[in-house]
Amino acid sequence: MNGVELRGVTKAYAGLTVMKDINLEIEDGAFLVLLGPSGCGKSTILNMIAGLEPVTGGSIHIAGREVTELEPDERDIAMVFQSYALYPTMSVRRNIGFGLKMRGMPKADIEKRVDEIGELLQITPLLDRKPSQLSGGQQQRVAIGRALVREPSVFLFDEPLSNLDAKLRADMRVELKRLHERLGRTIVYVTHDQIEAMTLATKVVVLDKGSIQQADTPENVYRRPANKFVASFVGAPTMNFIDGKLVQDGDGIAFDGGSGQLPLASLPTRARDLIGQPVTLGARPEHLMFDDLGANARVLLAEPTGPDQYVRLAVAGSEVTARTGPEQHFSSGTDARIMIDGARVSLFDPESGRAIL
Amino acid sequence: MRFNRLALYGLLGIAALMILAPVFIMVSTSLKPMDEIRDGSIFALPVEPSFDAWREAWSGDCSQTAGGNCGGLSSSFLTSVKIVIPALFLSVGLGAVTGYALAAWKMRGANLMFAALLVGMFIPPQVTLYPLIIMVRELGIFGSIPGLVLVHVIWGVAFTTMMFRNFFKTVPQDLLKAARIDGAGFWPLFWHVMLPLSLPILGVAMILQFTYIWNDFLLGLTFGGRSGQPMTVALNNLVGSQFGEKEYNVDMAATMLTALPTLAVYLLSGRLFVRGIAAGAVKG
Repeated sequence: MNGVELRGVTKAYAGLTVMKDINLEIEDGAFLVLLGPSGCGKSTILNMIAGLEPVTGGSIHIAGREVTELEPDERDIAMVFQSYALYPTMSVRRNIGFGLKMRGMPKADIEKRVDEIGELLQITPLLDRKPSQLSGGQQQRVAIGRALVREPSVFLFDEPLSNLDAKLRADMRVELKRLHERLGRTIVYVTHDQIEAMTLATKVVVLDKGSIQQADTPENVYRRPANKFVASFVGAPTMNFIDGKLVQDGDGIAFDGGSGQLPLASLPTRARDLIGQPVTLGARPEHLMFDDLGANARVLLAEPTGPDQYVRLAVAGSEVTARTGPEQHFSSGTDARIMIDGARVSLFDPESGRAIL
Repeated sequence: MRFNRLALYGLLGIAALMILAPVFIMVSTSLKPMDEIRDGSIFALPVEPSFDAWREAWSGDCSQTAGGNCGGLSSSFLTSVKIVIPALFLSVGLGAVTGYALAAWKMRGANLMFAALLVGMFIPPQVTLYPLIIMVRELGIFGSIPGLVLVHVIWGVAFTTMMFRNFFKTVPQDLLKAARIDGAGFWPLFWHVMLPLSLPILGVAMILQFTYIWNDFLLGLTFGGRSGQPMTVALNNLVGSQFGEKEYNVDMAATMLTALPTLAVYLLSGRLFVRGIAAGAVKG
């Protein structure tokens, strides 16, 4: 059991509580992504797991052992930083071997381990260079190598790809996923990039203002967001929110946005209980379909992106974005008819923002 | 355009002349015998250049000097070396470690310590001279080389600590975190990571401290006593205590001998010094 567990962790700075009662269980071999906007506390959680920041209350367990009071090097973890944090005066070889040297491993063993890591990450030709002679991507490989060489129970990644350009970031993402599949070690990964979260994670924890909003598989976080914050943070373009209420529409249910109705096809039957009460409809752009049986809408703007196009529409008194294929042409100011896929939409309580369907 | 060039070189030439003229007078006077000095212009080149004055300034002529100071500057040169080497390494070494501790570790009272360092940097040494004398006297090392070394270290350490603290503050936090995760404690982090990073600053601190300590007169005069008399004090004695006719050639040679070590340090380390300053070593 090489997982991580946070039990009732609290964090306060100078008497100000920024994080309250964080409970989190990370299974052995999981790839857990802490996702949230800047200032949400994701890096603080990572630093507390690493032991770089003390907890104010609660306890942290790594691999079944309580580590709350232990120093970072006693916790059986390794960390990769956004800035790579390689020792500038040491060669790549010494950078990777430094942690082992500090643990008093014999020189010959260190050499052997460093060579193995060099081969694994394909950086053998770089081993005798200085970090300043490497590109950003190469430096990141070295930083990952420095973490791997220690063979810890848990790997911690603090926004490791943010400093790379888009192309390299995509490549490194694939490599990280492969590495995780091959090694099967527990990874805790902090990012504000939802694409990284969706592609890499086995479990995503969405954070806001120091508390956990939702902890679930990437699919569930996307399809069944627990509240409006999660719904709006995950997904691009962002989810459409319309305030209104559900009304009876013949045999089915429609959504009344105040100045017009939207038919909600195949809404689950338990939504009937909500008829009449105020709700916030949350529909992702791909939940809006152009259909001749739908409600009247006006095209405001079409944005082709290549594989898709995003169409801004005015419907039922609100502005929404629909995602559709690139084939159809939309001109601003023309009329369209729109239908909403009731099976996939979310309904939120307008007061608390919590999902009610 | 042509005129600008000319004006530029003209100005540079004048500036160089103003600085080099005294040096020239010193060198040329030191190479002249006394007759030439007495009769000729001070700008005249030596007719029969000789190193006699240099020899006398270095190894001395007992018939010429007042009692006790026999042996020229050579013995006080050794004293200066014995003062500079421990004072240099102690002040720079202590400054490096203290600056590192202040910058990289959370310590209680660090702000107070920082304020004390600022005071230490800006207060003139004359102000604390008397209390320092009492302190060194109570330690039983007044009037000796160890006493003088201690005073130099006390005076140097505020400055060197500031230099190293300011440099180590620019080291990214992530690097310190990475080292902590790798298991590097206080000394390994200093030795393997921070000190190698600070080499340019180390160079500048060494050069500046060497210059301050070697050129110091006041502290040497006050705390050195007879046995710990540095070269600057001996030079003053030599120049000020001759009987009879003033031996300008010997005075000039002695002065140049005293200034030579610092000059050599600057010339030999010029590039390192500039690089260290460029690395942000001497701020403010």
